[in-house]
Amino acid sequence: MVTYLDHAATTPVRPEVAEAMLPWLTGRYGNPSGGHAVARAARQAVEEARDELADALGCQPRELVFTSGGTESDNLAVAGVGGTVACSAFEHHAVLDAVRALGGSTIPVTPAGVVDVNAVPTDADLVSVMLVNNEIGTIQPVGEVAARARGLVHTDAVQALPWLDVATLAAAAHLVSVSAHKIGGPQGVGALVVREGVRLTPLLRGGGQERERRSGTHNVAGVVGFAAAVRACRAQRPDVAGLRDRLSDGLLAAIPGCQASVERVGTVPGILSLLLDVESEALLVLLDRAGVCASAASSCASGAMEPSHVLGALGLPVGGSLRLSLGWTSTDADVDHALEVIPAAVAQLREKVYR
Amino acid sequence: MKVLVAMSGGVDSSVAAALLLDAGHEVTGCTMRLWGGQSDTGCCSVADVDDARRVAQQLGIPHYVFDFGDDFTAGVVEPYVAAHAAGRTPNPCIECNRTVKFDRLWRRADALGFDAVATGHHARVVEEGGRWRLRRAVDAAKDQSYVLHMLDQATLARTLLPVGDLPKAEVRDRAAALGLRTAAKPDSQDVCFITKGGRESFLSTRLALTPGRVVDTAGAEVGQVAAVQLVTIGQRKGLGLAGGAEPRYVLDVEGDTVTVGSHDELLVDQVDLTDVTWVDRPVDGAVLVQCSAHGEPRPATVAGGVVRFDSPSPRVAPGQSIVLYVGDEVAGGGLAG
Repeated sequence: MVTYLDHAATTPVRPEVAEAMLPWLTGRYGNPSGGHAVARAARQAVEEARDELADALGCQPRELVFTSGGTESDNLAVAGVGGTVACSAFEHHAVLDAVRALGGSTIPVTPAGVVDVNAVPTDADLVSVMLVNNEIGTIQPVGEVAARARGLVHTDAVQALPWLDVATLAAAAHLVSVSAHKIGGPQGVGALVVREGVRLTPLLRGGGQERERRSGTHNVAGVVGFAAAVRACRAQRPDVAGLRDRLSDGLLAAIPGCQASVERVGTVPGILSLLLDVESEALLVLLDRAGVCASAASSCASGAMEPSHVLGALGLPVGGSLRLSLGWTSTDADVDHALEVIPAAVAQLREKVYR
Repeated sequence: MKVLVAMSGGVDSSVAAALLLDAGHEVTGCTMRLWGGQSDTGCCSVADVDDARRVAQQLGIPHYVFDFGDDFTAGVVEPYVAAHAAGRTPNPCIECNRTVKFDRLWRRADALGFDAVATGHHARVVEEGGRWRLRRAVDAAKDQSYVLHMLDQATLARTLLPVGDLPKAEVRDRAAALGLRTAAKPDSQDVCFITKGGRESFLSTRLALTPGRVVDTAGAEVGQVAAVQLVTIGQRKGLGLAGGAEPRYVLDVEGDTVTVGSHDELLVDQVDLTDVTWVDRPVDGAVLVQCSAHGEPRPATVAGGVVRFDSPSPRVAPGQSIVLYVGDEVAGGGLAG
């Protein structure tokens, strides 16, 4: 049995999503940019999906640009606006590295895991602050950031989409990134909301799709799946707050010295970040061998773990952390299994390390 | 047994994993990420991790990446630079085995509940009468027992070196028969963390390289070197000497002065041994002495921290590892003083 507690990395595809995509992987096809009947049918599928996503994200359909995922959306937002850019110090690398590539600056975050709004620069062309942090789950005051910033505001709402009303919380942002595979949709499809009037230089040039903002033949099945995932998620958000609380309380009680990275208040229900005095790398191997899939910080290209820049930004120790993230498939049995395996694994490592 | 096999992304450790599976062990692969430099070559590049991971997939075993970069920097790279700064000749592969591969990795394996750790080194671990022996590989040309001389009884008891019993050609044949992508991969060469720019470019950003003058044994200046820190005892080339004459070798490096002399002048009767470790009990008496990774073993007598060569031998650069063999068995080793 595998207990999957890494929903913040990716989620299993929901059955209704697979069902919606299947026709576009089997009988139906078509390049939405064409002019004939087959193309028109594909175009219709894309535009119906766009309408649905635009409604969920609180934008006009013409303001929604389909992309290959969160990373492309983030890069398009940052590089597409360009100029003087700044982002919070604990952004996902898709934003952080894009900002660094432009010589941009970072905005400090408080030990509580919230961006320091008073430090938001007022002279930047673009300020990017994520709506929910992917490692610790804290919700960021994007509205307050937008109220202070003079230029454009981008928010990476990838980790917010499963849990929060992005349309409302990101209403003040000019650019909003989302991704399908964090909400039970397929990998390889995302979107960027680009509000009317925002001038964007495209990353990809070619056929001029997406109103010249993102060239490339549409991923029709992916886009259809994204819309189906959003529909399912809006109809019933994953109800994991109770599971998360039981998991968190259980681990904090069972593992002496274990601490939550941040207070539970102000975080989304799906992400739990813990600080431990054992090496994350070793702990994750033991958990994996016991059938518990979890993570710590982000992985680098080789698969080795990088020290968490998120915990570092909070001024926390970066060596021993554990991120457990829940989602639409999470069950009581998952929590039971995790509560059995994780304290035992930590105890094993402590015994060996401190012997 | 539960075995953790260190997979470098090369053919030897790939086949080591396959042999352990054949032997019925529960095998898990891992690749150590040691040097995070900008280069994508050397022993822990992304490409090599990819190769190791793909081989693990093909063999159907789990694979993990362990980042031991902090220990590698502190235990291998920094001492390497410091040794050059002090005019010594370091052997970073041996220090890596001592401080990272056969220490940190073994502790990690222990913490994770593995019974043994395996690598793709060409050498043999044999148990005899309750004691562990470290022997040269079957393939003498590929023997790596020299770089493993620091292993002690406790470590050897939990060490498996499955390819040490095979000629290299057979290792490659096995990999090819299994369809592993590493089958034809070239053997690793040189120091893994030093890549394109070479030793000089690596060291020049980490210590002050200063010019030196080259003198003969009478004290007459006969040449110059750009970086005295890169000169090694026994070195023959790159000394700015006029050609045509009898070959001259570095006899000594003192401050900014490099003394050169004839081959006869290079020869010495003995060398001091420091930082000695023994595979089992300390050995006194007749041994074979190997002073570089692929050097010729020379008959000698060891006693009280001094190696006395049976016949005059080229002097050994301070800092070089000297490994003592009895027959084809490693007795121990240390550093040239």
